[in-house]
Amino acid sequence: MSITVDARGLSCPQPVLMTLDEIKSDKDNEIMVLVDNEASKENVIRAAESQKCRIGDIQQSGDDYTIPITKG
Amino acid sequence: MKRNFFSTRWGIICVGAIIGILAALLQKLGNPGNMGICVACFERDIAGALGLHRAGVVQYIRPEIIGFVMGSLIAAYAFKEFKPRCGSAPVVRFALGIFAMIGALVFLGCPWRAILRLAGGDGNAIVGVLGLAFGIWIGTLFLKNGYNLGRTQPTLIGSGWVLPLTMLGLLALVLIYPQIDGQDKSGVLFYSLKGPGAMHAPLLIALAIGLGIGFIAQRSRFCTMGALRDLILFGQIHLLSGFLALLIFALITNVILGQFNPGFAGQPVAHTMHIWNFAGMALAGLAFALAGGCPGRQLFLAGEGDGDAAVFVFGMIVGAGIAHNFGLASSPKGVGPHGIAAVIIGFAFCLFIGFSMKKTMGK
Repeated sequence: MSITVDARGLSCPQPVLMTLDEIKSDKDNEIMVLVDNEASKENVIRAAESQKCRIGDIQQSGDDYTIPITKG
Repeated sequence: MKRNFFSTRWGIICVGAIIGILAALLQKLGNPGNMGICVACFERDIAGALGLHRAGVVQYIRPEIIGFVMGSLIAAYAFKEFKPRCGSAPVVRFALGIFAMIGALVFLGCPWRAILRLAGGDGNAIVGVLGLAFGIWIGTLFLKNGYNLGRTQPTLIGSGWVLPLTMLGLLALVLIYPQIDGQDKSGVLFYSLKGPGAMHAPLLIALAIGLGIGFIAQRSRFCTMGALRDLILFGQIHLLSGFLALLIFALITNVILGQFNPGFAGQPVAHTMHIWNFAGMALAGLAFALAGGCPGRQLFLAGEGDGDAAVFVFGMIVGAGIAHNFGLASSPKGVGPHGIAAVIIGFAFCLFIGFSMKKTMGK
């Protein structure tokens, strides 16, 4: 099962907080994080990597990025 | 996908180191003591130059601030990151900007200057940095409990250009009405004849350094509040490594230039009332944490089109006017007549915002 975290329009540190909440929850192994700016993208990737998660291929559509995260 | 070097660990360390060295050099070139760069003080000086307050010793259009915004704007355009956006509780951000400035002026410096004061040997800054960390810690408690200013919305280009155009306007005013020797007024601008406002590096050098810092800070997302917030909230030391690099390299440069003078009493533009150094910076730290960025970061965000950050900046400039018009700002003699009351009101306001701005965000 995968869950989507929509962090578009939210500023630092909300996207990271929301991503870490999902990583720490037991429910889903795959998380799709939606962000709409470079800084949030970098922050989410950095936070996920620090939790030993794997980052899949990032999809870009317009200003939005979808970051697939698999728990390690 | 190519990786942005400045967003790596070494990138942010380089940025912190460069800012530390340039800040110490700006002091050597004429900026006030331990004030090579102070975002709050410099915005306060701009407020004074425009006559929003009439504290005669702190009136100067600081080109560094203009450079910060325009350097960030140039970087944002160059890397396709200029995105006009706004609508995340702007009125709250305006008020947070006012109280952030009031807190900073009770301590006599923003987080940037707190580090630079430390790097210059000012022991009072230790208390200030502890206060800053305390205020940010309170902010993280709110963040953990769902504090949120809501989502921002993409908007049209004009909105993103309001603060950059304001900065270009300020630059035009300085060029049209340059300082005249021995006179405290030139056209519509006020200038200081003595005090910190009379001490400044040459305009073009200060502007160039500001542009350079604005550029690399936009690329690296450098933030002095985020440094401590991410450490407290996530145990992350990414931004903190930039913060520490700034401290260490400013310290080394100060020692080389003979600008390191350890002690508590008689430090430049500082007072020794420890409780209010702590409380002022704690208020500023809390307000920056609730607004999502230190005063520098707000300028860089505004440069990349963030209208909410621009509103925060205008709040700080108005806050400087309030602080000096109503006796809230400190001086080397100590806190102003109404500084203590202002800090208490500021805390009450920030706590109200922290408790009331809470919303479960849709996932």
